[in-house]
This record gives sequence, C-alpha cells and structure tokens, in this order.
Amino acid sequence: MANPNGIGAPVRRREDARFLTGRGTYTDDIIRPNQTHAVFVRSPYAHARIGGIDAGEAMKAPGVIAVLTGADMEADKVGSLPCGWQIHSKDGSPMKEPPHFPIARDRARYVGDPVAVVIAETREQAKDAAELVMVDYEELPAAVTSVKALDGSAPQVHGDAPGNLCFDWHLGDAAAVDAAFAQAAHVTKLDLVNQRLVPNAMEPRAAIGEYDRANGDHTLTTTSQNPHVIRLLMGAFVLGIPEHKLRVVAPDVGGGFGSKIFHYGEEAVVTWAAKKVGRPVKWTADRSESFLTDAHGRDHVSHAELALDKDGHFLALKVSTIANMGAYLSTFAPSVPTYLYATLLAGQYKTPAIYAEVKAVFTNTAPVDAYRGAGRPEACYLIERMVEVAAAETGIDKAEIRRRNFIPAAAMPYQTPVALQYDTGDFAKNLDIALPMVDYDGFQARKAESAKRGKLRGIGLSTYIEACGIAPSNIAGALGARAGLYESAEVRFHPTGSVTVFTGSHSHGQGHETTFAQLVAERFGVPIENVEIVHGDTSKIPFGMGTYGSRSLAVGGSAIVKAMDKVERKAKKIAAHMLEAAESDIEVKDGRFVVAGTDKALSIGDIALQAYVPHNFPLDELEPGLDEQAFYDPKNFTYPNGCHVCEVEIDPDTGVVQVVNFAAVDDFGRVINPLIVEGQVHGGLVQGIGQALFENCIYDEESGQLITGSYMDYCMPRADDVPSFAVQYHEDQPCTHNPLGVKGCGEAGTIGASAAVMNAVMDALSPYGVTHMDMPATPEKVWQAIQRATPAQAAE
Amino acid sequence: MPCTVSMTVNGKAVSREVEERTLLVTFLRDHLGMTGTHVGCDTSQCGACVVHVDGRSVKSCTMLAAQADGADVTTIEGLAAADGSLHPMQAAFREHHGLQCGFCTPGMVMSAIDLVKDNPNPTEHEIREGLEGNICRCTGYHNIVKAVKAGAEAMQGGSMKAAAE
Repeated sequence: MANPNGIGAPVRRREDARFLTGRGTYTDDIIRPNQTHAVFVRSPYAHARIGGIDAGEAMKAPGVIAVLTGADMEADKVGSLPCGWQIHSKDGSPMKEPPHFPIARDRARYVGDPVAVVIAETREQAKDAAELVMVDYEELPAAVTSVKALDGSAPQVHGDAPGNLCFDWHLGDAAAVDAAFAQAAHVTKLDLVNQRLVPNAMEPRAAIGEYDRANGDHTLTTTSQNPHVIRLLMGAFVLGIPEHKLRVVAPDVGGGFGSKIFHYGEEAVVTWAAKKVGRPVKWTADRSESFLTDAHGRDHVSHAELALDKDGHFLALKVSTIANMGAYLSTFAPSVPTYLYATLLAGQYKTPAIYAEVKAVFTNTAPVDAYRGAGRPEACYLIERMVEVAAAETGIDKAEIRRRNFIPAAAMPYQTPVALQYDTGDFAKNLDIALPMVDYDGFQARKAESAKRGKLRGIGLSTYIEACGIAPSNIAGALGARAGLYESAEVRFHPTGSVTVFTGSHSHGQGHETTFAQLVAERFGVPIENVEIVHGDTSKIPFGMGTYGSRSLAVGGSAIVKAMDKVERKAKKIAAHMLEAAESDIEVKDGRFVVAGTDKALSIGDIALQAYVPHNFPLDELEPGLDEQAFYDPKNFTYPNGCHVCEVEIDPDTGVVQVVNFAAVDDFGRVINPLIVEGQVHGGLVQGIGQALFENCIYDEESGQLITGSYMDYCMPRADDVPSFAVQYHEDQPCTHNPLGVKGCGEAGTIGASAAVMNAVMDALSPYGVTHMDMPATPEKVWQAIQRATPAQAAE
Repeated sequence: MPCTVSMTVNGKAVSREVEERTLLVTFLRDHLGMTGTHVGCDTSQCGACVVHVDGRSVKSCTMLAAQADGADVTTIEGLAAADGSLHPMQAAFREHHGLQCGFCTPGMVMSAIDLVKDNPNPTEHEIREGLEGNICRCTGYHNIVKAVKAGAEAMQGGSMKAAAE
C-alpha cells in the first residue's frame, strides 16, 4: 500500500500553517533591537558623471545617523560585485568585466544606480533625508537599446568595453550549417524579439546587516534563493569577511523566479554599514525601487533562419542573437544567452546542423540576468515560432511538421549538435496526449462558430524541452562557471526517531518543507510530521548552491537520497547487531529493517534510539549516532519536456486576445507531489502568457528613463486575464541519471507557454496576412495589425 | 505631526501616537508588530495589504491609520479561531494548494472572504473578476480559484470535498 505521505502523494503543505495565518517571517517582518533604516539615493539619470555629494542638509535632518557614499566604500577597500560565469569570445578573449561597485563611485550607469545611502532611526526619516542629499550630476548621453548600443556611434557605457560589446560568442558548426542551407528546398527567416521583463516576485527585496563587535561576527538576513552563494561572493570578493565570520540567512522569501539569486549591492551595503554605524541596518525596497533595480529578464533580439528539405525536414538552423546585459554584469548574466540558450536550439528535433552566434551588450539600463527559464524560454520561443511559420509557409500541418522532425524515443540517449545529450523523452507521446485534451480536431468548427459571433479564433502549439537540474560541476566549470553546482544534505536522526534534514536548497514557494519530508517518510516510514526540513541559514546547513534552474529535487533531493543511503547502510549494521543476524540478511521493507524470511524487524526509530544510547551496539566497529551528510554532483542536466496547446479568441474591434483554452502535457520524470508540480506548471504558464500578451519592460530610448516603472504601466497578469488550465504529466520517461528519476518542473510552464500563445494569435490573424508579431500581443498591436490588412483580406 | 489613533484590531482595543501621514498598513506592521499584512507595491494595485475595516475589504496601503480611527479592523492574524482552527477560507487555500510563497496570501484570503460575503456562490468568472485587485506571481490563480470556490461552499456550511469537484 502506497505511503499516503510518501513519493507521489498530494500531501498538503506544512508551510501553509504559517503563511495562511500571517505568521510567515519575511525579511521586512524582522525587527532587530536598536535597528536603523537605510534608504538609497539613486541616480535619476541613465548615465551621468558623479561630481560632489553634499550631505550637509541631510545630516541635519531628524533621526539621521550617517550618509555614506561610494567614496566611503572605496576608502574601506570594498570590492566589486563579482560575476559568477566567464564567457570567452569567438577569438578566445575573455568577456569584458568592468567593475560593479555596491555604491557607484564616479559614474552612474542606469536610472536607479545607487550613489549614496542614508541611515536613520526610522524609514520615514531616512526617506525624507535622502531627498536632501545633493548630488552633482553631469548628465551624459545614454545607450539604451542593445541594437543601438552596438552601432559604432553609441555612447560608451564602460571605458574598457569598446563598442559596448561584452563578448561575441558562438556555438555549433557554421560550415555544416552553410552546406545544409545550400541544399535547402525552403528557408524560413524570422526576426524575433524576446522582450525585456521584470520578474516581479510579490515580495520586494530586503536586507538586514548586523555586526557583533564582541566576537567580530557579521550576519546578513536577505531575500535570497541561495544564502551560501551570497556568503561566498560577498565575503570573499566584496567585503573581505572570512566565511566562518559571516552568517547569511534567507528566511521566508516571497518568490524569486531567479531575481533573488544574484548578489546585489544592497546586501553588501547593509552588511558593511552595520559595522560602521555599530547598529543593525535594515533596507526594504519599494516596488518602484524593485522595478528599477531587480535584475530584469530576457531582452534578446534575434535573427533566425531554418533550412528545410522538400518534405519539411529540418536541415539546419542558424541564429544570431544580441543579448542585453544592462549596465553591469549581474552574477550569472553571461551564462543565460549562451550555455542556457544556444544549447537548447535543437529543441525536440533532429536538426542535424545548428550554429548560433551571440553578442552580449552593455547598455545604460538595469542589469539583466536569469528569470524563470533563463535562456530556455528564449530558445523555445525562437524555435517554436520558426516551426509554425515554416509550417504555414510550406503548407504542412503544424502538428505534422513536428512529428516529421521529432527525435524518436528510441533514439535516446540523443546527442544534439549543440553540446547537450538528452537522456530520455517521448516527444510524440506528449503531442498525442495534448491534442485530444483541447479537441484539436474540433478546432475548425469552433473557429466557424467564433466567426459567427464576429470573433477570430486561433490555435497554436509549443513543444519544448529544457536543460535543468543544473549542473554537473566539471561541465559547468569547463563552460565558464566560477562555482560548483552540486547540492548538499544532512539527514540527522534524533534519539527518539524524529528527523531533521538540513538542505542546501531553498524554498521560496516550492514547498520543500513538505516534499523533501516525503522522501524521508517514504524511505524510512517516519511519520511525516516527525520530519523537519531546515533551509536558508548558512550557520545550520552544509554548503549548498540554492534553488533555481529546476534543480531542487533533481539535485537537492538526490543529495538527500545519498545521505539516506548512508543512514540505511549504518542502520543495517546496527539492526544486524540488535537482531543478531548477518548484515547481508537485513532487508528494508516499508521503512522497517527485517531479517529476511523472518518476522524479526525493527523500525528506524528503534535503531536511532540504540544509536544514541548504544548499550546493545557494535561499538568496536561503529561510531554511535545516526547523522549522515552527502554532497551530490549531478551527472548530467535533466531534460523535462512537453507540449503546450493554446487556443485564443480575438475580438477584431478591440484587438483583445482571450486565452480560451490551454493544455499542458509534461514529462517531468518521476513526480514526488502532484499538487505541487501542477501548481508550478500553473504559475509558469501564467508567466509565459504574461510575456506573450501583457508584460513589457520599456526604457525611453533617448533618456534611458524606465517608463514601465510600476504596476500602473507594467501589466501583470491578473486572475481575470487567464483561464484555468488542463494539465497532465506522465512518468514513463524517468531521468536515468539521478536516484529519484526526477527531471524538475519549476520552469517548464514559462518555457513553453509564450510560443504556444503567439502561435495561436498568429493563427487567428493569418487571414489578415499577419505572419509575425513581437510580444506582447497587446490589444493595440493586434488591432493595428488588423487595420493594416488589405480590405480584401479583412473582408474574409 | 503626531496624532493619536485608536481602533479595535482583531477584537482588541489599541491606541497609539503616530505621525499623521502613517498608513494603516504601517500602523499594523510597524506600530502593532502585526506583520501578517504585507506591502507588495506602492501604487495600490497588488492587494497584498488587504484587511477588513468595519467588515469591508480595504487596501490598507491606501488608507491612513487616522482614517481607521474608531473602526473595527480584522487582519489575517484574526481569522483563525481562538483554539487555532482555521477559518474555512484559510482551510480551503491549504486543501487546494492556493498558495506557494505565501506573500500575496493574506491579502488574497481577506479579499476572497469579502467577495464571498457579497456573493455567497460565485462562479469561476466572478471569482476571477473579484480578485482582479490581488496579484499573485506564483500560483497562476488556477488553485486560488478552486480554493475560493471551496471556501465559499464551506462558509455556507457545505463540505469542501463537494466544492472541489
């Protein structure tokens, strides 16, 4: 009988108890005795020389304790925020890595770049005083869009990055691609923009720095997805604090989606300032501040060409992308448009030759880095739009053209021409399940019915694959990562049989306190309420890389399994001694340790008690205690994959696009908690729909001002903008290289959805001769496209 | 300039001297230490700050504490019973996985309760429209809608399982 709290069970979440009753502990909720408040003075210009900073008036304002600047940090030898991934250009030269100081020193390079920090008794006093700080700015011309920043005449963002080029990278086989294009029966070409987005986790960023003068210990409490990474980067590279004197705590964190991975300047400032003023320093971003300063996502401009033979088989794909890095390199930024993007350009297809070149560009805008999917939504959007445009151009049905090109399940493991080797996957199966879910065959009838009501209807597919569960450390290192990407776990049994699991993963919505406990409940039969998951505090947990890239169960969960393997090995020895049997005769059945062929058995609780009260214990062979640690370095990426189908209805009079049906079929390998997995899919789908129809982060091209600087102008998808979803998954293709067989599910919805929506919108607009439209497909854009169509087309 | 504001919060009378410009959400979070109500934006759109003032849902970031002088305020901390048992809407959110990071949740639950008070048997469409003032980035709203439907049923005395179908 399956364990109702074990693997595969829809266990309700433990963490809900505090979140539903207002007892969560988010960083801004925390009050430290004698704390002060920090408010940043930020550049109102996209590009400016910083002359003098006069804090005279500000220092006289009520409650003000200090006004600190970049010069103060420089005097204390504070370093630059490091970049965690190094990319080399085509010519072998390393990327340009200009310094990025926590507070700008002589130049501000984007609207929002901090130039000073005011510390006061209350937040209101700090805000009031910040307005009194006089900064002598000399405004400079700004390079705002990535394309314009590359043209020779653009203003330079950094002196040591001529032409604003950070790197010029490539992947694949240009010669093979050119040869294939020469043979092509048809070539599809497309210019695509994957627009800049603001991640907008609902909790704005916050940080509290503390310093204990008596023993020289620093503590940083911060809204982070990976506290150990922050401890390492900030301690070693920015503030020169040895790691054993620096504790970083990420308490309850209200969403991340990648934006809370990075080491931000504010974290270093509050940590440094706490020692300077001798009191805790707390900072919480306003939402407008978040808009200006959280790392943004996406911002690719691409040109792509797909070569096909006369039967619609893909012969080659070539892609040229300009990726915006923003004003400074954020922690993982260079990896996103390179190794997390170009390596996915095979998609689910057998395309034999692929070549991608990527230019990364500095602009006077906020830094750009990973946002849910990080490179994979960009790849999927490009491929899946190309595929449907190719289908339309060649007259081959959109599902059929995919079937002709899918990598068959029997071909797995499959080596793509872009470095990655997929382990398992049955792409045709995903499509077979998805199409009936939306009654694909009945579409024409629904389209006719919509037409009777004066509406347009369209249907679009997106068959996605992604590389997650990042990542094997040696591969990552070879590709430029300046970190390992393993995960850690400690499984500590207590004498009375309850368990604490310390994990290097971090939960900021993913439900690890429940799902990780399910792993222990399943393995050892411990009642789930007796399993506690501890995460987020570097003083408690072993070194972990944190949560992003759909890695928590694949890597974090696997580390827990390895630790449990060690526990089981030791427990068997103890059990053998207690039961007076040979170790090889001990079997583990439903969490009980049984002498094979008998009914002599012990629970893990019996064994744990003996381990800590070792009176009937093989002390000459074994140490007391039952507490094991493991680090798990993944053997490969994992490859979740699936098929999304989107149906839209458009009102031609208003241009409003309504998503009337959306089905997602996914292969996540083994599913630990279906409730949580489906929830991750729903959330991802709405972010993908958000990109397709609503969201766009826009800077004014002349001034570099952020125009979409609040929820007034940045359109977040709301409950009445999206439908309910039909979501299904199958577990027939488990991951072959981790002990759980899981592939990860956190980003899948975001990766596949945008292409499905845009394909549906283009399908609906095809009678008007519209073949492509950049996201978001706002009512204005759709309406304009319809107006521009010829009367003959409009009349159909 | 300071002024004294007095009100009842979750059944308890409170009184504090605050600056006149103090928002109700700041009063709750910073002056009363009740951090269950959250601040997610600065343009009165996200709904994370929703509380009940004299029985109606209000965005506490868009109201001065002084405006709530004399009022009866309920926050997320005041929903569960004295013995700790959850309000049916809270229980429905847990049952249907209507929350992930939990940050929008207090405001979402408070809005949902008021929505159901006005419309005891809301359709999916009515729920989605009714929650337009509460932004969630994690759940995609799918399970929130299910939770609100179930919570509505439960608030009328029906069982949650029936509502889930």
